[in-house]
Amino acid sequence: MSVDVAPLSTRPAPARGPLEGATPDARPTLAVWKFASCDGCQLTLLNCEAELLALADRVQVAYFPEATRAVVAGPYDVSLVEGSITTAEDAERIQQVRAQSGTLVTIGACATAGGIQALRNLADVGELAAAVYPRPDQLAYLARSTPIASHVTVDVQLYGCPIDRGQLLEVLAAVLAGRAPRLPSGSVCAECKRRGTVCVAVADGLACLGPVTRAGCGALCPAHHRGCYGCFGPQDTPNGRSLATVLGEGGMAAVDVERAFRTFATGAEAFRAATAPPIATGASPTDAAAGHGGRP
Amino acid sequence: MAGPAILPSRGLQALVDALLARGYRVLGPQVRDGAVVLADLTDIDALPLGVGDEQAPGHYRLREGGAERAFGFAATAQSPKSVLFPPDELLWRGRRTDDGFSVEPASPADDPDHRPVAILGARGCDVAAIAVQDRVLLGREHVDAHYAARRAGAFLVAVTCSDPAGTCFCASVGTGPRPRAGSDLVLTELADPHRYLVEAGTPAGQALLGALDTTPATPDDLAAADELVADATARMGRTMRTDDLPELLNASAESPRWAAIAERCLACTNCTAVCPTCFCTGVQDVGDLTGALDERHRVWDSCFSQPYSYIHGGAVRTWTASRYRQWLTHKLATWTEQFGTSGCVGCGRCITWCPAGIDLTAEVATIRELAEAHDAVAAGAPGGAPTDGGAPTPGGLR
Amino acid sequence: MTAPLLDRTGTAAAARDHAHRDAASDPMLPRPFRVISRHLDTRDTVTLGLEPLDGVPLAFAAGQFTMLLAFGVGEVPISISGDPTGPGPLLHTIRDVGSVTHALVGAVPGTVMGVRGPYGTGWEVRSGRGGDVVVVAGGIGLAPLRPALLELAHERAAYGRVVLLYGARSPEDVLFAEDLARWAARHRITVEVTVDYGPPDWTGRVGLVTDLVPRAGFDPGHALALVCGPEVMMRAVATALVARGVAPERVRLSMERNMQCGVGLCGHCQLRELFLCLDGPVLGYDRLGPLMDIREL
Repeated sequence: MSVDVAPLSTRPAPARGPLEGATPDARPTLAVWKFASCDGCQLTLLNCEAELLALADRVQVAYFPEATRAVVAGPYDVSLVEGSITTAEDAERIQQVRAQSGTLVTIGACATAGGIQALRNLADVGELAAAVYPRPDQLAYLARSTPIASHVTVDVQLYGCPIDRGQLLEVLAAVLAGRAPRLPSGSVCAECKRRGTVCVAVADGLACLGPVTRAGCGALCPAHHRGCYGCFGPQDTPNGRSLATVLGEGGMAAVDVERAFRTFATGAEAFRAATAPPIATGASPTDAAAGHGGRP
Repeated sequence: MAGPAILPSRGLQALVDALLARGYRVLGPQVRDGAVVLADLTDIDALPLGVGDEQAPGHYRLREGGAERAFGFAATAQSPKSVLFPPDELLWRGRRTDDGFSVEPASPADDPDHRPVAILGARGCDVAAIAVQDRVLLGREHVDAHYAARRAGAFLVAVTCSDPAGTCFCASVGTGPRPRAGSDLVLTELADPHRYLVEAGTPAGQALLGALDTTPATPDDLAAADELVADATARMGRTMRTDDLPELLNASAESPRWAAIAERCLACTNCTAVCPTCFCTGVQDVGDLTGALDERHRVWDSCFSQPYSYIHGGAVRTWTASRYRQWLTHKLATWTEQFGTSGCVGCGRCITWCPAGIDLTAEVATIRELAEAHDAVAAGAPGGAPTDGGAPTPGGLR
Repeated sequence: MTAPLLDRTGTAAAARDHAHRDAASDPMLPRPFRVISRHLDTRDTVTLGLEPLDGVPLAFAAGQFTMLLAFGVGEVPISISGDPTGPGPLLHTIRDVGSVTHALVGAVPGTVMGVRGPYGTGWEVRSGRGGDVVVVAGGIGLAPLRPALLELAHERAAYGRVVLLYGARSPEDVLFAEDLARWAARHRITVEVTVDYGPPDWTGRVGLVTDLVPRAGFDPGHALALVCGPEVMMRAVATALVARGVAPERVRLSMERNMQCGVGLCGHCQLRELFLCLDGPVLGYDRLGPLMDIREL
């Protein structure tokens, strides 16, 4: 996972207004960066088959190791950043990426919430390493897996594991046009109702994180009769405690409720707080959002 | 207009066929994914024969119903709103031109299936809700052109509700179980033998009824229908006192109950999506990658979402408590001031489909108790202790 | 009430198409206007002059707004800042605060924009004839009040004392400086400007516009007050005006809420029973005051 960062240059200002090309090519440049992640979100870009030609007309893919070896020197008008920060080296590298990027877009649950690897945040990492690797002393890692926004300013966040193709295209179209991307911040439930999916929680008793999870996937899992796994992380005003109570009252064991909230977006504070002991933690802004009008 | 008629059991197929022959897309109740939903119907054997439902706060299950009944269930998962006022409506398409841009309004032909709709099986609550939406979207200064077009072409076949659910309270708000005026035809499903009492509500309904093979209804048929209505009325799962609602809720803006509800409320927007009268929408302009094309869409929105009240500087209603207060107060109080009718038709969908099982009839009752207790304390009367939700103090929203 | 055309036209589809043609006056369709002038008022605020491509001018009342569309970017409500008493281009004074206003502010002459409206209630300036008029503006709030001031200047003799109290962030943010000077010099309008932050060379007032209300020269018993600015400022000013003796129904405020359709259909702008796009934005403090007292209503 060694990636060369092109020489640092003055960081271009984040785009406001339509993007003009920063290179002689005249097309705005696009770079794709990988941190601790599985590459699945980057592949979403390659999966935009029908739109790839139109996209190539509008942007110059300047740096994208997953797809091409060609490298155009920075700075880049738009950077897509996949993955979380798990090593000191990456913590340094993300600063360089930020410095070279106009609009920085994080893509996926790893980049936006620390990913499934943020489960380490809840445990002793040394013990985990010792259980997995024969020579854990050769590993270099940070104790916590953290989202990109914990390290640098992020202009747009695209959530999900993996991200939604339509949302990726919407963000690119919006950045190119100089408009705000149309990204819903409410619950997955709104998308279920819009597509006419019968509620799997109410009509079948399935455990579903839809009410507390950010929309954007088009309510994919419930449409296939699965409860939402919460991979997009919390909606803008999540009430995780209420949903945890509902799941418990529905017969789910406390440990299972906790596990439900600790998957792809385990690093999201609102999901962690959903099953945390009520008095053990200090109030954070997310706590306040989750519990406003709630706790005394 | 001719009087009530009797349509034999299989005659319902002739009714569906007649609608199809006249160019309608016929939608009727059918079982999908564990619930009764509205779906395209060509064959009456697809109706939920012998299927009933069990509805409670946050709970819906199908159950065995009366063996002969095709309409032995209560409110469908979604109301006809999802058809007449769809979740996503294209308003216009724009194209960048040398001289600026041009805009082409959407037309009915933009719908993949743009036949006018006939809805079979609308309940009293549904028919009342359509009348409310007519008032909101057609009866004011500005008209929703797309709803107007759908509505003008629509044909409603209502069915008297024989099996209200645990979350139903149409009898409290006067919208059922016998559908009020507003539908083209009203059916009442009678047993022994299975048959339908049919009444026409409009000339169009009368014309269609005249084309069907029916016999005049007898006094016994009418009495059987009355008995069915009385029986259903007696089996309403819920009640709601409505005479004092505008005064009560407008005076309860600072009730401590809003904060108590917000502990449970998920702000997930399910209630507004299933409510047959909620009409709030977002206006979204959607551009493509080339920047040359732009579409304007009208999409369902909800007062429970944070961006709903966004202005420069932030959202007006940041607390879930404020949003619930807005929804309930609008639905049951200010709606009357705005439109001359309540926004609630008693279908109970917001109760059933709330994942947290919040029950507006119970909340209204608690808010009333708290207000009365508060008044009693203010008047110095003894024993005015509040029940649930804590002491009624000003600024209880916090 | 349903399918009323079924019998007349024979088919349901014809009935529906007919209804759709009837609805040709769809309020959601924008009219194209061309930008013919662009004036930089301050570092972040621009006044655009617009002319309709179809040549039909847009008549409006002082205080009304339109929905302005930057094609491909989005649409926002913007108050009209031009002269309601005569012909001329449609004027909008716009501050660059978001992606849509950024696109609008950056539009060069020749750009075509979409316009819907005008919508909403106006200031009803003429109801102040025969008495004093006090106009209180905060920041960009002077823009929707400019048509009212032009109307007052146009028929100046019909009014008693006219006072404009205007608060801006800094001297650099003062809008319509030429207008302010002209209104004071030629139209006997008392203009008092205060800023939140003044540089060392600023000789004018520093402080809240609210503080100007108690000392301003007008007769509260016979005054009409027109107020526009941030909600917290309007509430403070209205309180001060009422404390001085202006009747609450003679204090008019222009309220801001999320507006997406402008015609009372989308629901966003509701303030209890009011649709602010239809019943407002301009409303009396007698109506608004009790609603503004309730947090997050």
